[in-house]
Amino acid sequence: MIASHYNYWIAVVLLMIGLYVVMSHSNTIKKLIGLNVFQVAVFMLYISLGKIEGGTAPIVDAAFTVYSHPLPHVLILTAIVVGVATTALGLALVVRIHEAYGTTDEDEALIADRREAERT
Amino acid sequence: MNGFVWIDIVLFTILAATAVGLARTRQLFAAAMLSGLFSLTSACIFVLQDAVDVAFTEAAVGAGMTTVLFLGTLALTRSREKVTPPRRSIPAALIAIFTGGVLIYASTDMPPFAAADTPVQQHPLTQRFLDDSMTEIGVPNVVTSVLASYRGYDTLGETVVVFTAAIAVLMLLGRGRPATSAEPKPREALPQPIQHDQRVLRVVSKLMLPFILLFALYVQFHGDYGPGGGFQAGVIFASGLILYALVFGLDAARAAVSPAALRRMVPLGVLIYAGVGFATLLLGGAFLDYNVLDAHDPAHGQHLGILLVELGVGITVTAAMLMLFYSFAARGVGR
Amino acid sequence: MSPLEWISNLLLGAGLLCLFTGALGLYRLPDFYSRTHAASIIDTAAAALVVVGLALRSDSFATIVRLLLILLFMFFTSPTASHALAQAALQDGLRPWLAKRPRKTRARSGGAAE
Repeated sequence: MIASHYNYWIAVVLLMIGLYVVMSHSNTIKKLIGLNVFQVAVFMLYISLGKIEGGTAPIVDAAFTVYSHPLPHVLILTAIVVGVATTALGLALVVRIHEAYGTTDEDEALIADRREAERT
Repeated sequence: MNGFVWIDIVLFTILAATAVGLARTRQLFAAAMLSGLFSLTSACIFVLQDAVDVAFTEAAVGAGMTTVLFLGTLALTRSREKVTPPRRSIPAALIAIFTGGVLIYASTDMPPFAAADTPVQQHPLTQRFLDDSMTEIGVPNVVTSVLASYRGYDTLGETVVVFTAAIAVLMLLGRGRPATSAEPKPREALPQPIQHDQRVLRVVSKLMLPFILLFALYVQFHGDYGPGGGFQAGVIFASGLILYALVFGLDAARAAVSPAALRRMVPLGVLIYAGVGFATLLLGGAFLDYNVLDAHDPAHGQHLGILLVELGVGITVTAAMLMLFYSFAARGVGR
Repeated sequence: MSPLEWISNLLLGAGLLCLFTGALGLYRLPDFYSRTHAASIIDTAAAALVVVGLALRSDSFATIVRLLLILLFMFFTSPTASHALAQAALQDGLRPWLAKRPRKTRARSGGAAE
C-alpha cells in the first residue's frame, strides 16, 4: 500500500497545507501563495495518473515502446500558464485593496468597511 | 526498490518541508522565495514522472514568473503579516485535516501508482494518441500534437483565458498611474535602475540576454520534436525581457518593447490562433482541422497548422506576461 | 569499469563532497556573507563537478554538448548571482560578522521603510 500509493498521499498532504493556508491566514498575499501550493498539489495528482511503469516521456522515438500518457501533461501544461495569469489577477486585486484600505489583511479591510457603514 | 524511489523520497521530503516552512513563515518575502523553490522541486518530480513539457513550464512559470509577480506586489504593499489568531487557525486546521483524511481514505480505491492496467492507461484514447499521432500528424512530441491539434479547441480556450487575465490586470492597474497620487515621495519599486557599481550584474546580464531570447525561440520552434512549445517559449522570452527590466530599469525596457506594442501583441496571438481556425473553415474543413491547409499532404497541413497555432500561443503568452510585469512595476514608479 | 567511468565516479564523488560542505556551511556559518559563500560553493564547484562527471558518462554527443552548454551558462550566472546578493546586502547596510566598526550605512534610495 505504501509503496504503491505514496505519490497520491504526498499530493493530499500538500493539498491540506495549501487549503490550511488559504483558510486560516487573513493576509491576502499569503492566501495566494497557499493557493499556489494547492494548485501544484492538484498538478502532481494529475501527472502521477499519467505515469506508467518503465515508460518514458511521450516523445515518439524508435528506441522506446512504452510511453506515459500525454493527455494529463497537456491539461496541466496549459493549467500552469493559466494559473500564473489568474495569480497575477489576484495580485492586482491585492494591490488595489492595499491602495483603497491601506492594508492587505482581509480582516482589517472588513473592519474598515463596517466602520464606514456605521458612520453613514 | 530501485534508485528512483530514493530520489522520490528526497524530493518529496524537500517539497513537504518547503510547504510547511511556507505556511509557517510570517515574512512574505521569504514565503514568496520559498514558493519559487517549491515550484522548482515539483518540476523535478514532474521530470521523474515523464512529464518533461510540464516540468519545463512549471520551472519557467513557477520559479520565474510567479516569484517576480509576488515580489512586485510585495514592493507595493507590506511584507509582514499578522500573527494568525487561533480563532482562524483551529477551524481551518480541522477542515484541512478532515478533507485530507477523506481524500486519503478515497485514495485507497485508486489503482497502484504507475500500473499498466489502470483505467487511464487502458482507455482507447491512449493508444490512439500514442500510435496514430506519428502517422496522422507526423510530430514526434505527442504532447505538442495533442495540445495543438487533437485538443486544439481547449488550447484556444486557454489562450483566451491568458488574454482575458492580461486585460483584467490592465483594467485594474491601468497604465501605471493611479488616479490619486497621495504619497508625496516616489517609492522604491522593484525595477529601479540598479546603481552604477553593479557593473558585474549589468555586463553578465547583457551577455546572457541574447542567448536567453535565442533559447526561447529554439523552444518555440523545436516544440514539435522535443519538449517545448508556445507556452514555455512565451514565458522564457518574457523572463529574458524582465531580466533586462530588472537590471537596466523599467524605462529602458519600455523603450525596447513598448507597452503599446504589447497591447497589440496580446490580441494578435489569439487572432492568429482563431484565424487558423477560420482559414480551415473557409477551405472546407472543420474548425481547426489542419488537414485541409495543404491540399496534397494532410500531415504537412498539420505541421503548418501546429506551427502557426504555437506561434499565436507564444505571442500572446510573451506579451501577456510582459504586460503583467509592466503593470505591477509601473504602479510602483508612478507613485 | 572503464577508466572514463572511474574518472566520472571520482568527479561525482568530489561534487557530492562540495555539495555536502556547502549545505553544512549554509546551515552552520554565523552570518549572511559567509552563508552566501557556502551557497556559492554549491552552485559553482559542486554543480560543475557533477555536470562534468555526468558528461563523461554520457554516450551521446548531443547530450554532452548540452551539458557543456549548461556548464558554461552556470559559469557565468552563479557567481554573478552570489555577487549581486552580497552587494545588495552590503548596500542595504548589513555588516559582515567580523567587521569591527559599524560601517557607514548608505541610505537606501527612495523610502522603502514603511
